[in-house]
Amino acid sequence: MSKYKIILNGLIKENPTFVLLLGMCPTLATTTSALNGLSMGLATMLVLLCTNTVISCIKRITPGQVHIPVFIIVIAAFVTLLQMFMSAYAPDGINKALGIFIPLIVVNCIILGRAESFACKHTPLESLCDGVGIGLGFTFGLTLLGVVRELLGAGSVFGVVLLPETTNMLLFILPPGAFITLGYLIAIFNRFKAK
Amino acid sequence: MVMVLVGFAIVIAVLLAWVNHITEAPIKAKAEKTLQDGIQEVMQTQDMKVTKNDTIRQMADGKETVFVVHEVANQAGKGIGAAVESTVMGFGGDLKVLVGFDDLGKILGYTILQTSETPGLGMKADKWFQKDGKGNVIGKSPATGDLAVSKDGGDVDAITASTITSRAFLKAINQAYAAYAHKGVDGDSGASKQI
Repeated sequence: MSKYKIILNGLIKENPTFVLLLGMCPTLATTTSALNGLSMGLATMLVLLCTNTVISCIKRITPGQVHIPVFIIVIAAFVTLLQMFMSAYAPDGINKALGIFIPLIVVNCIILGRAESFACKHTPLESLCDGVGIGLGFTFGLTLLGVVRELLGAGSVFGVVLLPETTNMLLFILPPGAFITLGYLIAIFNRFKAK
Repeated sequence: MVMVLVGFAIVIAVLLAWVNHITEAPIKAKAEKTLQDGIQEVMQTQDMKVTKNDTIRQMADGKETVFVVHEVANQAGKGIGAAVESTVMGFGGDLKVLVGFDDLGKILGYTILQTSETPGLGMKADKWFQKDGKGNVIGKSPATGDLAVSKDGGDVDAITASTITSRAFLKAINQAYAAYAHKGVDGDSGASKQI
């Protein structure tokens, strides 16, 4: 499989949000606005790039019985490192926007899922490409969900007001709106993919 | 197998400890700076320095509540009021507010330090009660009676569809003032005698 194909695979054919339906908890919980969705996607992607590469490197020295514990240690370590570095050195704005989402990444099943299903069967470079593809796919899904919910619920996109306050449907910002929006987006995505 | 797992755990523990060690100081410095910036913002002046930090425990609603009062003086050393950290139960969890009072108890400014209110509803509190917001509280004084939303007979407009958050926010300010006034009883009485 070429590198390009691996990236495209993560972005469309195995899109984590619309096809694999992985990582639903952060997907539903953090997409109340477009910016939150984008931030969560990017933070997850960064961790995924690191863990995929490292796990692919250590796959030979990890016996099958302790695969999962070792992977979880690696993932938790990267998330903690990211959190510490970000709160120490990242600009305030970024840290504020991303800060609360970072600990959530440890329990994101996309990360462990890709480690088990891809990284421990492929070379580090291919795993990195898979991280890029899946990461972009996740970011794309979350941003789209955030844009739709923010537009319908608060009348704005990325904080830019587009619709008057009277058209705001509060439901879309609340949890039920996340399920409804996700359902419709999956239907639309499948329709386009089928073509 | 056990050796591999233990090995990974040790390597990663060492790595985390090391990173924690090097990021500890910058994180602490940053938290300090964020608080200083916050105090400066709510006191609405650059010409200030914090002269005293007091942690006050007071009973509120049968529960012990912690307030932190940062007494502030201008560069010449004259007391100009205090910034008070106050925490109340909001709609979705703790609502922590930093509010600045001048020496007579008039509200100079506020900023929200921690919130888990509903996005698109209670989350609006960070702008709503500012000077150009619809429920402006800047310049009002809890010294002349507790602030209350118009629904409860007060003169502050509550956030649309977020009466609970609005009530909680005003309660935080009222309690902050109570903590500040209680604290500064001697100073206040001294000042009024001079007048």
